[in-house]
Amino acid sequence: MTDAADLRRRTAELLATHPPTRRPAPPLAEGPAGPHLWSDTDRLDFLRARFDAGLAWVHFPEGLGGLDAPRSLQAVVDAELAAAGAPDNDPGRIGIGLGMAAPTILRYGTEEQKQRFLRPLWTGEEVWCQLFSEPGAGSDLAALATRAVRDDNGNWVVDGQKVWTSSAHLARWAILVARTDPAVPKHQGLTYFVCDMTDPGVEVRPLRQITGEAEFNEVFLSGVRIPDAQRLGAVGDGWQVARTTLMNERVAIGGARSAREGGMIGVAAAAWRDRPELRTHDLHRRLLTLWVEAEVARLTGERLRQQLSRTLNSVRAGGTPTGQPGPEGSGMKLAFARLAQQISGWEVEFLGEDGLTYDDWTLRRPEGVDFTGREAGYRYLRAKGNSIEGGTSEVLLNIVAERVLGLPPEPRTDKDVAWKDLPR
Amino acid sequence: MTPTTPAAEPDLLYSEDEDALRAAVRALLADRCGPATVLAALETGRPYDPELWRSLTSEIGAAGLLVPEKFGGQGAGPREAAVVLEELGRAVAPVPYLTSAVLAVTALLGCDTDRTEVAGPLADLAEGRTVGALAVPLPTAPGGTGPATVRADADGALTGRVTSVADAAGAGLLLVPAEGPDGPALYAVDTAADGVCTEPVTPLDLTRPLAHVVFEGAPGRPLARGERARAAVERALRTGAGLLASEQLGLAEWCLTETVRYTGERTQFGRPIGSFQALKHRMAALWLDVASARAAARNAADALAGDGPDAPVAVAVAQAYCAPVAVRAAEECIQLHAGIGMTWEHPAHLYLKRAKTDELALGTPGRHRDALATLVDLAAP
Repeated sequence: MTDAADLRRRTAELLATHPPTRRPAPPLAEGPAGPHLWSDTDRLDFLRARFDAGLAWVHFPEGLGGLDAPRSLQAVVDAELAAAGAPDNDPGRIGIGLGMAAPTILRYGTEEQKQRFLRPLWTGEEVWCQLFSEPGAGSDLAALATRAVRDDNGNWVVDGQKVWTSSAHLARWAILVARTDPAVPKHQGLTYFVCDMTDPGVEVRPLRQITGEAEFNEVFLSGVRIPDAQRLGAVGDGWQVARTTLMNERVAIGGARSAREGGMIGVAAAAWRDRPELRTHDLHRRLLTLWVEAEVARLTGERLRQQLSRTLNSVRAGGTPTGQPGPEGSGMKLAFARLAQQISGWEVEFLGEDGLTYDDWTLRRPEGVDFTGREAGYRYLRAKGNSIEGGTSEVLLNIVAERVLGLPPEPRTDKDVAWKDLPR
Repeated sequence: MTPTTPAAEPDLLYSEDEDALRAAVRALLADRCGPATVLAALETGRPYDPELWRSLTSEIGAAGLLVPEKFGGQGAGPREAAVVLEELGRAVAPVPYLTSAVLAVTALLGCDTDRTEVAGPLADLAEGRTVGALAVPLPTAPGGTGPATVRADADGALTGRVTSVADAAGAGLLLVPAEGPDGPALYAVDTAADGVCTEPVTPLDLTRPLAHVVFEGAPGRPLARGERARAAVERALRTGAGLLASEQLGLAEWCLTETVRYTGERTQFGRPIGSFQALKHRMAALWLDVASARAAARNAADALAGDGPDAPVAVAVAQAYCAPVAVRAAEECIQLHAGIGMTWEHPAHLYLKRAKTDELALGTPGRHRDALATLVDLAAP
């Protein structure tokens, strides 16, 4: 079994064979200081070597960037590499690949698919996006209407419209759920694919949000061709595969590991310390309440991670559970969204006159998403999406109530009806 | 930068030994401390259930968890005591565990345990032969207890009054913070001694009796003086507040479990009422609160066990968070049970009364948030 000492040794070996010697700083305009000083070639060489050494995500299997080690030991590797000034894979830019596509490919992909997709996904050479939501299928994702039809060669032709697609304009690949059988109830007629975003039938249009940015896109699919070898899971099993993605998405959104005062509460606490002239008793009382809730949310996420890690270890020892995030991850996302909204709202109020202004309404297309980036007004507006993206808070409460607490479901009229006969 | 940094990696899970301890306590309580038993004993005037206490202390050894083996204890620690408190909270058990096995024991551990005046009572408490109580008002928060209301003369005779002491009426030994001739000191007083009078009050929470204690020249045996006495009391209050979070967790968990069970069975409008989103969303939100309370309570227990510099933050966070969760869970339990939840025969009111009393005990959430303002450098205006 791989332990922390073993990982330190392997990390040292990687650093010895690929020493992180930085290039002279480029002219100021080319980018911020730090790991970005690496030239792209050197950076990629290092990241590929790291993947091949099994130090990318240590809990993944050997040969796929991991060492079958406990997930919690990733922190050991990350700390050693950060201390050595090694470049990272810019996880903010490739979050959908790392957080959603990768765990799904790992669980449902064929050996060829894993070998083909995971390495460039992790190094960031290939950006991924997620073609799930549609104008007519939001919370009721399983009602989606994008059609995939088999051609004479057994491959697929896809037509439809997707929406809320982050990174679609940068992406090389997409994870896609499409309807392959309209004549069966909605959950049974779906199939999961990997879609080539460079296919001529893919059209990406920016979708401007309340922040002024176009972080998301609309994606139009017209006669897009997908080889059957890019199907993930069996035909008709798309919903089951998608659930793996969605569970991981909730953990990715709400479950990022953070230090005390990481995330939004750290921004608010710093503002409080920096601007004594703006303090009031009412804001103080509310800040302390939010601080406590943020600290407890952090601990709750940490506890969930410790549980996952213990489960994973027991699986290795012959136990049965899957090690995939359970519905508990929905709870973390609920807490994260509520806190992000309350804290960012608090901050705008705290700032007084400065809270009345906004940095820039220009339409831009950011490369990644940073919930705590830019200014207070942006943070406040962007946080509104936290209780909508990746499952609305209302849907997540249903998931917790029914799958965790075992409460009886709402009466459903759509479960046993063929999708084509549902009202739309 | 944060002024205080949490311990590198708190262990927020339960060990196999802790699970086994929980199973033993839970089995005992299921057998001897069901809701009907607790309800029936409420108005008997007995301060606690002596048979249950005997089983808990002599068969399971729960009273000695915080005490090293050389003093007759189990040599475990706050993590294990927290597990016992979870189960006692889940059963609203009428036993003086928090007051005797946590507050009194921790106060004694803060004194010089090489002295027989300290080691003797410590062993008695650890083995459950004696029930002890720290003579402070139940709402006292850690960090600034203020001057003692009892004075001691040079011979150790105590005079004064301490209000609202939890479990004092059933205690044999009181640990009394007093202002002595040389400053603050901690004394041991037998409740049976001349000059000690406990005046029971009618408590909101009948499962944790309260009494005012009056000392009129009562004979006190000095346990610690000066800074050591102050620190021993402070440590007891901090440990008590941190572990109370686990009792609150157990309480809240019972309320949620019972509410889920009841709303899954109760049928109105032709459906189990738990299938209505208006209700299930409230229970799901409560589940998240309880899951979060567990992380906060485990973190406090782990920090107390490690005795690191972050323990005051962990305790304040746990109390500020868990106390309102227990109250909310008990309030939701009554509302979602509706009519039946309002009756004396249904045990929900026991949980509400305990939860509301616990919210005031060892510092209100507001007091703990105030403490955090200093601890984490978020100064008031």
